[in-house]
Amino acid sequence: MEFLLEISLVGLAVGGVYALIALGYVIVYRTTRVVNFAHGNLMMFGAYFFFTFAVLLELAWWAALPLSICAAAVLGAGIERVLMRPLLRRETTVAVLATVGLAAVLHGLVQMIWRPRDFLLPSVFPERPIVISGMYLPANTGFGALVALAAVGVFLVLFRVTRIGLAMRATASDQVAASSLGIDVPATFNLTWACAAASAALAGVVVASITTLNPSMGLIGLSVLAVVILGGLDSLAGAVLAGLIIGWLEAVTGFYLGASYKDVVPFAVMLVILMVRPHGLLGTPRVERL
Amino acid sequence: MTGGRTASGGRTAAGTAVLAAVVLALPLTGNSYHLHMACMIGINVISATGLNLLTGYAGMVSLGHAAFMGVGAYGAAWFGAHLGLPFYLCLPLGGLLAAAVGMIAGLPSLRLKGLYLAMATLAAQFILAFVFNEWEPVTGGRGGTPVAPARIGGLTLTTERELYLLIAPLTVGALLVARNLFRTRVGRAFIALRDREIAASVLGVDPRRYKLIAFGVSSFYAGLAGGLMAYFFRVVTPGQFGFDLSLFFLAAIVAGGMGTVTGGVLGALFITLTPELFAWVTGVFGPRVAGLLSPAREVLFGLLIVGFLTFEPQGMAGIGRRVRNLLSRMVNTNTREEE
Repeated sequence: MEFLLEISLVGLAVGGVYALIALGYVIVYRTTRVVNFAHGNLMMFGAYFFFTFAVLLELAWWAALPLSICAAAVLGAGIERVLMRPLLRRETTVAVLATVGLAAVLHGLVQMIWRPRDFLLPSVFPERPIVISGMYLPANTGFGALVALAAVGVFLVLFRVTRIGLAMRATASDQVAASSLGIDVPATFNLTWACAAASAALAGVVVASITTLNPSMGLIGLSVLAVVILGGLDSLAGAVLAGLIIGWLEAVTGFYLGASYKDVVPFAVMLVILMVRPHGLLGTPRVERL
Repeated sequence: MTGGRTASGGRTAAGTAVLAAVVLALPLTGNSYHLHMACMIGINVISATGLNLLTGYAGMVSLGHAAFMGVGAYGAAWFGAHLGLPFYLCLPLGGLLAAAVGMIAGLPSLRLKGLYLAMATLAAQFILAFVFNEWEPVTGGRGGTPVAPARIGGLTLTTERELYLLIAPLTVGALLVARNLFRTRVGRAFIALRDREIAASVLGVDPRRYKLIAFGVSSFYAGLAGGLMAYFFRVVTPGQFGFDLSLFFLAAIVAGGMGTVTGGVLGALFITLTPELFAWVTGVFGPRVAGLLSPAREVLFGLLIVGFLTFEPQGMAGIGRRVRNLLSRMVNTNTREEE
């Protein structure tokens, strides 16, 4: 029982990080109706940007972090402008396939630019584990989760209160209506991609500081797809809830059945949810009209 | 008009004849490297055609094609090693096993479409990869499982030349079946479902039935290709059938042309031969660039997917068609001027 609680704590912390990654998927999906299969690799790029600024250019972490987030945002906006915009009028399946291609491009580029090696990020958080009533939580995981959940909170507030957030929500609910009310829909798409990439960069730094920095980091993005499906593709609250659930499930399965089972949990959950309730826990069911 | 059609018909026949000549002459003249590549092309053509049946014709994007190849490969290996069946039974049985697994993995297609279905196939890819890795008594775990050479009567197929004689006819057969499938009720039902599902179902095409058939046929092709890979490499490992291979075949049909048999062939050819070009580049620039080759290949495949989707959705087959039309138009104007 003691063990279960401790394992659960770690799982929930990892789940917090998943929530931040899932957030990026959800904001892109809500606004553009595209599931971005390259999101995990954008996250990895963000982490490599941080590595470049903090280790290769030897900047302090508080300078490197905003720089890498900005760099990622620029990358995200650039991808939207160059890659996704020409596909605006095509079926969404085509755009989704294009992000699959993009994922391969980013994965290849990372290995060409930074070489396929493992790197350690400089430690930002204190070394000592967090102790909560006798249960140990690794500092990187614990603080990482706090940072991630705080970032999710900030994003949620920004969506509610800013004009840009309003434009994104308006575009999400009805593109044509939003456009006729004077919202520049392509520009909103651009901003959405920038925001998603920025959140991905932060998530990437957190993930890389918990594990290591390597080119297969983007694969986490694919397991987080399960989080997004479970929560509901268009639900921000669902992403947080499902992030915690999947993180916890992974930790518990990993502990009781072995580490290799841990990796398959998200996909098993994803398959079940797709069969039973495709719109997820808190998502909007899709109605097909003729 | 009539003249143009006969001319282009004649050209197609000529092209087929040249292709047939190359296919037939290869075992006599090619060295083992040529034959090795020819075998790989044959295997990839079969698999890409399978994916094309599902994605290009029936309109269901699959991100798990490689996993079904894996099922065929492991199936063939297991039937040979544990039931002692000869390879000419193992190969189709592996294909059938892959078809069965593919139809189970295709069950979500009864409820899901497009994006959601792609996600379900992605889940199938990773769950099957997990099975390949962990179900040690059957799959041999991470180290994989060895495969006894294919044997017919007293003849053992081990060299590239011998295997080519097995793979080439199977490839041709698979292509003929695929081409003729679209003159049958089943093939036409696939296309009808892709283009307008509701209209198709009103006209008496049962979507559930034909979607599952599409998954079954596609996975059978994948399983057959996987089984051939097993006999070709004589070992089956989980690493051979990862997510990257699924992307590889997706890139092949997007680049070649979705929804045409020629497209699958062109895509498989292109995507099998490009890495060889890269290997040649290493030969020229020395080992310094060697580490960059595999990532560069990935970048190239990604760019191919994106580029063809954006600029030429019909792929190379579409380009070919356009060039042919242009040529025949030029020929026609020339003849008119002569008159």
